[in-house]
Amino acid sequence: MKKLKLKELESCLQQVDTFENPKLLLEQYPTRPHIAACMLYTIHNTFDDIENKTIADLGCGCGMLSIGSAMLGAGFCVGLDIDADALEIFNSNIEDFELTNVNMVQCDICSLSDSMSDTFDTVIMNPPFGTKHNKGIDMIFLKTALQMAKTAVYSLHKTSTRQHIEKKAAEWEVKMEVLAELRFDLPASYKFHKKKSVDIEVDFIRFSAKKVLN
Amino acid sequence: MKLLTHNLLSSHVPGLRPGGGFPLRIEVREGKCEGRDPPETPPVPAPPSPLRGRGRLVEIPLLPFSLPPEPLPDYEANEEFLRRLHHVLLEVEVLEGSLQCPDSGRRFPISRGVPNMLLTEEEA
Ligand SMILES: C[S@@+](CC[C@H](N)C(=O)[O-])C[C@H]1O[C@@H](n2cnc3c(N)ncnc32)[C@H](O)[C@@H]1O
Repeated sequence: MKKLKLKELESCLQQVDTFENPKLLLEQYPTRPHIAACMLYTIHNTFDDIENKTIADLGCGCGMLSIGSAMLGAGFCVGLDIDADALEIFNSNIEDFELTNVNMVQCDICSLSDSMSDTFDTVIMNPPFGTKHNKGIDMIFLKTALQMAKTAVYSLHKTSTRQHIEKKAAEWEVKMEVLAELRFDLPASYKFHKKKSVDIEVDFIRFSAKKVLN
Repeated sequence: MKLLTHNLLSSHVPGLRPGGGFPLRIEVREGKCEGRDPPETPPVPAPPSPLRGRGRLVEIPLLPFSLPPEPLPDYEANEEFLRRLHHVLLEVEVLEGSLQCPDSGRRFPISRGVPNMLLTEEEA
């Protein structure tokens, strides 16, 4: 397989169509192509957790991370999201990119619990942060991801929650490593926000999937 | 939906016995099948451990041939079997149809290749 350069990956990801009418309550905003490309590139080059691997993308939305993984040579990638509209756009992205090794499933990550234990090599996700009346959903995503992954989970979390995550990781006996600290400009959440967007600090974290969950 | 994905799914209707809701019965209205059986290309990726819980190869209506009802004991070394498995898991696609929970009978629709595993609020 031809080696993709970081810049090439980023410009491909700029072609990915994203949410038409983003649903605030589901925290629908795409991972920016630049950030997605950097994340995936690190996962691929530093850890070799993409090529020929089976990958799950939890809260896949329109498929930014799945499509990027497929372009880097993922063996097979499954995107899971609760929202049919987002998956519809994902589907047409797959057609545009002519990808054959990506599938989608419409489901609620919160109801999976451990039914997919050890089914994927790698889980990659940009989960909801739990700021929209869905407090704690980030940790449900993380726990589910750790159960699904055989090797590693890559995820984004608000830097302000790092201590809490470290505590949980210790409890679950998974190793965690903050790979990068990012800044996200999220669409401002409530109408009374004056600014169009708010900046938040986000950690890009790798967890190795060793588990004593439950 | 490829059959590799199907192999990962189970239904989450409340009250099922432990380990229930699997394997989902596949009903196909429209499907497609790429490649040949057995495919000429080597099985890449050799699905690492595609057979959840071993011994549960499901009956699949689309297949142009039959797989043994259970994975062969030495299947990881059996090239011919791996090729067939690869074909089945990655080249056969269900576009329209449904998945039926073997325990509750609940049907989950598949449309445009995407299975919808959501339960309604009353069900969940
Ligand atoms: C921050 S967006 C990330 C989208 C995409 N992964 C990306 O990187 O561009 C979070 C996604 O999680 C989905 N989501 C929210 N709650 C969910 C749930 N309970 N189960 C599954 N997906 C959910 C939303 O629909 C949304 O697409």
